[in-house]
Amino acid sequence: MLTVALKGLAGRKVRALLTAIAIILGVAMISGTYVLTDTINSGFNTIFSRSYQNADVVISGKAAFDTANGESVEPPSMPQSLLAKIQKLPGVALAAGSVTTDTLKLIGKDGKVISTGGAPSLGFSVTNAGQPFNPTKLTTGKWPHGPDQVVIDKATAGGEGFHVGDRIGVQAFGAARQLQISGIAEFPGVSVGGATFAILDQPTAQQLFHKPGQLDGIRVQSKAGVKPPALLSQIRPLLSSTEIVRTGAAQAKKDKDTQAGGIISFLRYLLLAFAGVALFVGAFVIANTLAITIAQRMREFATLRTLGASRRQVMWSVVVEALVIGILGSVAGLFLGLGLAKLLNALFVAIGIDLPQGSTVFATRTVVVSLLVGTIVTLIASVRPARRATRVPPIAAVREGSVLPVSRWAKYGPATSLTVLVVAIALTCIGALASGLATGPRLLALGIGVLLLFVGVSMNASKVVRPLAAVLGAPAQTIGGAPGILARDNATRNPARTASTASALMIGLALVTFVAIFGAGIRSSFEDAVNKLFIADYAVTSTNTFTPIEAQAGKALVGRPGINDVTAIRAGSARYLGSDNDLTAVQPNLNKGVEMEWTQGSNAVPGELGLDGFFASKNYVKDHHLSLGSPVTLQFPSGKKTTVRLKGVWDEPKGGSPFSHITISTQLFDKFTPRPRDEMVLANTPGGVTDANTARLDAAEKGFADAKVQTRDEFKHNFEAPINKILNLLYALLALSVIVSLVGIINTLVLTVFERTRELGMLRAVGMTRRQVRMMIRYESIVTSLMGAALGMVVGVFLAALVTHALSSSGIVFAVPGLQIVYFVLAAVVVGILAAVIPARRAARLNVLEALQYE
Amino acid sequence: MEAATVPAVDAAERAPAAVVAAHDITRRYGEGDTAVEALRGVTLDVQQGKLTAVMGPSGSGKSTLMHIMAALDRPTSGTVWIAGTQLGGLSDTQITKLRRKHIGFVFQFFNLLPMLTAEENVLLPLTIAGEKPDEAWREDLLKKVGLTDRRTHRPAELSGGQQQRVAIARALVSRPTVVFADEPTGNLDSATSAEILELMRDSVDSLGQTTVMVTHDPRAAAIADRILFLDDGLIVRDMPRAEPGEVIAAMDELTQN
Repeated sequence: MLTVALKGLAGRKVRALLTAIAIILGVAMISGTYVLTDTINSGFNTIFSRSYQNADVVISGKAAFDTANGESVEPPSMPQSLLAKIQKLPGVALAAGSVTTDTLKLIGKDGKVISTGGAPSLGFSVTNAGQPFNPTKLTTGKWPHGPDQVVIDKATAGGEGFHVGDRIGVQAFGAARQLQISGIAEFPGVSVGGATFAILDQPTAQQLFHKPGQLDGIRVQSKAGVKPPALLSQIRPLLSSTEIVRTGAAQAKKDKDTQAGGIISFLRYLLLAFAGVALFVGAFVIANTLAITIAQRMREFATLRTLGASRRQVMWSVVVEALVIGILGSVAGLFLGLGLAKLLNALFVAIGIDLPQGSTVFATRTVVVSLLVGTIVTLIASVRPARRATRVPPIAAVREGSVLPVSRWAKYGPATSLTVLVVAIALTCIGALASGLATGPRLLALGIGVLLLFVGVSMNASKVVRPLAAVLGAPAQTIGGAPGILARDNATRNPARTASTASALMIGLALVTFVAIFGAGIRSSFEDAVNKLFIADYAVTSTNTFTPIEAQAGKALVGRPGINDVTAIRAGSARYLGSDNDLTAVQPNLNKGVEMEWTQGSNAVPGELGLDGFFASKNYVKDHHLSLGSPVTLQFPSGKKTTVRLKGVWDEPKGGSPFSHITISTQLFDKFTPRPRDEMVLANTPGGVTDANTARLDAAEKGFADAKVQTRDEFKHNFEAPINKILNLLYALLALSVIVSLVGIINTLVLTVFERTRELGMLRAVGMTRRQVRMMIRYESIVTSLMGAALGMVVGVFLAALVTHALSSSGIVFAVPGLQIVYFVLAAVVVGILAAVIPARRAARLNVLEALQYE
Repeated sequence: MEAATVPAVDAAERAPAAVVAAHDITRRYGEGDTAVEALRGVTLDVQQGKLTAVMGPSGSGKSTLMHIMAALDRPTSGTVWIAGTQLGGLSDTQITKLRRKHIGFVFQFFNLLPMLTAEENVLLPLTIAGEKPDEAWREDLLKKVGLTDRRTHRPAELSGGQQQRVAIARALVSRPTVVFADEPTGNLDSATSAEILELMRDSVDSLGQTTVMVTHDPRAAAIADRILFLDDGLIVRDMPRAEPGEVIAAMDELTQN
């Protein structure tokens, strides 16, 4: 029996391949996700572990907290004098200090800052004595020596056309400095992604990074025979409360966890979620393809039964076939994942996430998970078709045109389908709307509800196939004439088959529609807030808009003729009210640039903050039971604390604002922050936005290569750009599911063409041209995919309505973006046309005579 | 230019009454040693307004001949004319359009579209050609084949005989130059077969529909105006209208030789 199953499979290679493609893509996504995130992970590991090579222990600054809002916090520096004390310790063979920064901008030949996307622009120092600790390797030239020299990274040098001996603009604080490139270096064996790095000698670095007489790290090598624990205990007594000593390995791990751990696991879960969607769609496609093949193989099963095969044997022959397809598809997907990882990375680079990469990592876990998941999903999808095969009666072997007898459960079918749908809707509503439940159970209810919803809609979809075909097929009929009419009728011939083919596409389109509506909601809420708040003519930010820029850039505008109302919003972090948060700071003239509605206090509040005041939003005040005069203790990264009192409360727009929960004065902020940075600087000009005024601001910022002068409209646009990038990323990831469902439509059509061979022969015989045959198949494909789109959009709109309603307190409104919906419909038509290419060609190529005699 | 006109003139001179003509047709399947010669030089004129039956034992080449004359297959050598057009050198689309206009088919297994009603199946050739049926003609035709009250039924709701009636009406609807019927009674019981044969005879008599029927059923052949006997790829006998007994005798003679 096993032989029969396997030989049968070998005899239907094309069909087996078509079935396998549905699983290959989902598995490739799983494998690609693991390969990519493992490769990034290994890239970070290499960078951080190399960073502490030869260092038995490392002394670094210790911030009061490591991260705030997911961003790593720069630890405080330590006095250089500590190095001398360390060097004198008995267990120390070698100790060397370094200063570092992750905002050392390099300026390209065009005078603009070399963009790193969101990646850091690293700068660090080397000393001759510290060379054993240097993580980088010169590829050409010499290490920097003196205030005029710099070593830059190989990727930047190559990309921007810099050579040893050239001069390059380097800027950390204040105006850019032109330095001579003394050498070019690399991190051996790893790409640093979008990041750039520049290496200076220690005094130059200290001066450029505004860290005179300070160090950020001391690397120590122990004398032979001195174990790290002994060295640690020798060093500890010398350290202050803002310094900490760790082994090199521990420091590398900590650096990686604070700086890279978050993004890697975020990417992994995000991508795996989309892999899950693709596999879910794939399961639909496989179940449908197998169901069709089984209907077509009835005579074969019946013959097996007449020859004495039991029902169980028939079922196993189908399951074995699915198992083989699952395993082969998973193996193919596993390796396709290697290529997909590169594609995914290109996608991330395109939206500005360019992460380090080591050599490609193909872990055992990747292999095991990909193969298991792919095979199991295929097996699960085969259960229902396999059970159907067992119902083929032996008599079908000798009777022309037998149909499958209905299952004894069939009479409960409609009731079951409806029940599933009702339960699904109930669960999603509970998940989205029941405010009494905890977040965990709510999300669980929502997740299961959505999965069930897809299953439920697909189970019920066969009932709406006829009316939908009548509506969607009408244009086909008008445009296509006879082929159009036949196509429409063909689509309704087997409603269950059409419904489940369309359902696969429904899932992808439901999610795309949901993302579009939800994204439009977030965007409009955000736009509302931005429009309401920002009234200044101009804004200055860093070139990438979101990395804070040194406060000097803003100060350069103050007092310039023709530039008024310069008001800066600083950004940093602090621990307050039990959590590590962002902290913003403002200047007394804030209301010249930002319009705020005060519920307690007035526009005078920013001016009254002084050294002991803060303001907060109405909601934050309510959530934390604060009232005017309530004290809050702030702890800065340096560990220093101060207490501030509530002096004003404002009504923050639902779409958010540039302010953190608590906002203090820049006066107080600068007192506790060694190198303050601005989130943005706003300014007004007489006469508003004009070319002359823009030129005036540009001139004022000339020395700051990283400063970007924007008009109010440009600024709003720049602020909103990331939302669009994220939406585009989500669309790209959902495209994979749509491709899987496209494969599903191809499968169904190819099998249908095969099934209708004789009929196609007759149509050709009575005068249908090849072109008309192709049109007929194409229209059927389009009608099917439009059905999927229609169902998907209904489900997507439903989900979006629920979720936006649940989040209405965040100002997310529900609005259907009409134009995008039109695009999606067009996309569905394109999917239909593409899916029909192969089946239509096959149908048109049929030899009329052979087709007519086809059994 | 010259080459194109010569056969047409030739056809007109040779057989003015022939609506379908075949000249020295051969058809070989396969290559080299394994090649099978299905037709070995058949020349034939189909007379207008007559019912011609083609008979012969299995493998005699009768189906191949019909396929070639109906433009479903191409001869290895020789020429076929349909309504004055020589088929050699026509593209697939040209041949399809020619079939659409000049040829009707009746198949052994009916080959109706299951999702269309009886009436829609009948009108299918016109629908494909993008033509509107003539109201009166449609009603006449449905009445003639006795389906007036079954027009909205789908094939699954019709008996075998009724399905073949639909198929015959479908073959007639475009008033083709010639109808080819391939074992039209091959899948029917004898009582139903008789009804179908009567219907076919009637379409020739009342409509003047030129018809070619391939069959191995002597009773079917007996309704024909002319019976051609094929054996081993050649026409071995050309018989005028005959009784079933005579046909059986002729067949016996053929198989004994």
